[in-house]
Amino acid sequence: MITLNINGKIHELDADPTMPLLWALRDIIGFTGTKYGCGIGLCGACMILMDGVAVNSCVLPLAAVQDKSIITIEGDTENLQRLQKSWQELNVPQCGFCQPGQLISATALLNSNPNPSEADINTAMSRNICRCGTYQRVKKAISLTVEQKNTK
Amino acid sequence: MAPIKNISRRGFLKQFGLVSGGLLVASSMYGYNSELKIEGAEDFNPNLFIQLNTDGSLILVCSRSEMGQGIRTSLTSVIADEMDADWDRVSVKQATGNAIYGNQNTDGSKSVRLLYQTMREMGATTKAMLITAAAQYWNVPESECKAENHFIIHSSGKTIGYGALVPIAKTLIAPTNVTLKSPKDFKYIGKTLPSIDVQDFTKGAAIYGLDTRIPNMVFAAIKRSPVTFGTVVTFDKTEALKIAGVLEVIEIPRIAKPFGALGGIVVVAKNTWAAFKGRDALKITWDKGANATYNSEEYLEEISERVQNPGHVEKSIGDINSAFNSAASTFEATYNLPHLVHTPMEVPNAIAWVQDNKCDVWAPVQSPQTARKEVANYLDINEENVTINVTLLGGGFGRKAKPDYVVEATMISKAIQKPVQVVWSREDDIQNSYYHTLASQHLKGSLDANGNVTGWLHRFGIQSIASTFKPGTDSPQAWEVGSATQVPFDVPNMQIESVKVDAYIRIGWLRSVINIPHGYAINVFADELAFKANKDPLEFRLNLIGNDRIQDTKDPYKYETAKLKHVLKTAAKNANYGKPLPEGHAIGLAVHYSFYSYAAAAIEVSVVDDKVIVHNVNMVIDCGTAINKDSIIAQMEGAAIFGLTLAYYGKITTIDGAVTQSNFHDYQLMRMANAPKIQVEIIESDSKPTGVGEPGVPVIAPALVNAIFKATGQRYRNLPLSDYGLV
Repeated sequence: MITLNINGKIHELDADPTMPLLWALRDIIGFTGTKYGCGIGLCGACMILMDGVAVNSCVLPLAAVQDKSIITIEGDTENLQRLQKSWQELNVPQCGFCQPGQLISATALLNSNPNPSEADINTAMSRNICRCGTYQRVKKAISLTVEQKNTK
Repeated sequence: MAPIKNISRRGFLKQFGLVSGGLLVASSMYGYNSELKIEGAEDFNPNLFIQLNTDGSLILVCSRSEMGQGIRTSLTSVIADEMDADWDRVSVKQATGNAIYGNQNTDGSKSVRLLYQTMREMGATTKAMLITAAAQYWNVPESECKAENHFIIHSSGKTIGYGALVPIAKTLIAPTNVTLKSPKDFKYIGKTLPSIDVQDFTKGAAIYGLDTRIPNMVFAAIKRSPVTFGTVVTFDKTEALKIAGVLEVIEIPRIAKPFGALGGIVVVAKNTWAAFKGRDALKITWDKGANATYNSEEYLEEISERVQNPGHVEKSIGDINSAFNSAASTFEATYNLPHLVHTPMEVPNAIAWVQDNKCDVWAPVQSPQTARKEVANYLDINEENVTINVTLLGGGFGRKAKPDYVVEATMISKAIQKPVQVVWSREDDIQNSYYHTLASQHLKGSLDANGNVTGWLHRFGIQSIASTFKPGTDSPQAWEVGSATQVPFDVPNMQIESVKVDAYIRIGWLRSVINIPHGYAINVFADELAFKANKDPLEFRLNLIGNDRIQDTKDPYKYETAKLKHVLKTAAKNANYGKPLPEGHAIGLAVHYSFYSYAAAAIEVSVVDDKVIVHNVNMVIDCGTAINKDSIIAQMEGAAIFGLTLAYYGKITTIDGAVTQSNFHDYQLMRMANAPKIQVEIIESDSKPTGVGEPGVPVIAPALVNAIFKATGQRYRNLPLSDYGLV
């Protein structure tokens, strides 16, 4: 049995400990907001927060997450909620498929760096691919989130 | 005007998944099709629907697929605007794949273009019925009633909600002469509307094909031949069956049809990961077949030699040879472009469940009716026993208009008698797709003593998409020629030629299709000629297009050279073209007409330490009436990234018939760190709406290459630029 803490809830799974977390989330637990994009940690569609840090879940074996706190796009943390609002305000998504991963990456960025420079945003967000090409809006939405927090 | 009827009391609603009780208005925009035999609708086959319920909720049916272009929002906003409906009361129901909805094929940037007028009429008709209903309810003249944001308002000030009027409106006959709004009164059309799905997109709640789950479903991965149309000789499944979670291993044959399955060995498992692992453990011996001779880079070289010599004349004006012979100078260049592949972020996938004589499918498809036909043909059952549930598409770009993956799921479900989801890995997606053609193009131009162009020769070699439908086709079809022959240059001697090229992999359409190679070569060569003539590229190009006139395209949409020049001039102006730029910066230009829209780009670059940096992209589009401005801007921003991606990195090659690239490390896509600032202007127009999803792409690569030349004096004619070490 593998014990996982996902979005603050404990899940007990009878699964192969070498299975990547992505597939346990999607095919066993039923959290399909975390996406498969490449399977080798290159595109960021599968990003989740592990103890607040963005990690590609497609290359993260279950054995490595047993005693960690996992947040997925279905979860709620303060920075994620604020980013989601900005994403909606600027109508960021096109097809939307990569956006859960983008939002998780952005959440991890703001968790560790509440006032990122443009270069910081570029570096953090270049782990995520968007084939529709929404980068400009993703960047604006992150900046908007930071501005709104600073003006409060 | 297409017939519009009140169908609230008709018996055929269930076939469309509609419930009776509300006011139902339908239109038949494709005319009467007697073959459909819709029970209860013998006189009228409806295919566009509005449902207004007594609680005021308004349900609109979207028959086109959503793949990021915002169609669920754009189409419904048109009805809601004419209806004076409250946007917050609108929801969208996605149509299944069914000929009763008319043409559902979501490609060619045509959804809005084809449906715009009828949708407006539908909305206006429904509003007129609600006004009549209110006038009857209050017993006042209709002229004293007006509609506003989901209410009818009487001149006395009293109001009644749309929902409350449903019982009366249901009894009315739909009027045939309604007045459409004046564009100045539009509330949603031409404005910025948030996507109807934006909440779901950002919460991880949007359900794509890959996210669809039905009880007792299993997962499947397929090992397909690395060489197109290769076949299995022997396979050993022993190791695959040892993987925990693997349920069974079966073989499926190739279905030799354009959208047929490629065939291969299928691993069925309890989850996707086990299916992938099992698939990797298979031992297969392949008969690689006739396509194993295909080395795409060598073949592109061969085609680039072929285009040096005369080919088949597609169009000829004047006398190209005498123009060249009498010219003050001539200039020629050859441009080579490799294969490309779509790589939508959501890989191809489909769930099929075959039971007795019926089949249910859940899949991200751009063409649900094609999928329905393929499934019915394979199972040898009637189409009415096949239901194609269209999910959201995690990107399409043309890939998901080819439902070979739906056929695969159907074959497996029939064999194992379970609902099954076929999942392509990213490697499958890159190595077993339908590919954008490679292209070699030779252009030659002549100049007189004043630097005017007197002759224009464009000779190209491409693999025709028709080769996928009729194997052996080695020449371009009419729709693969027009973007070269219709170029409206005011040049007395023009000749467009094609050469024969064979296909050894499946060739298919990819966003913007043939406009990518043609738009590239035409725009780069025009730029080269300008420098040869010692002229400014913008002035030179405007002169090349010449006087304002209508280019004869034998099409109901007019190709107006004034609009082509206007988008180019506007892009240049917005980019501060001709004004002082930072040290080392330069601007390149390109303009192209496709999908009946006019698009231009002005791209500002610098090259530092032999690496290109794109600073700004200015894009301008004239797409007729703009329905949802924000969605058009988004499509242009996306087109810029799609175009830069193909210019920087886009290259699929084959060695001995097998695709060399496999994932995002060797088929790279642009990331945020390289993404430039993109500014978009939409030209105000009240012409009919034209394409938006595709026209922005073809101008990007040539504008970039032209900018690099201006900045460095180096002309990079072939793509991708990564081959030159520039990125």
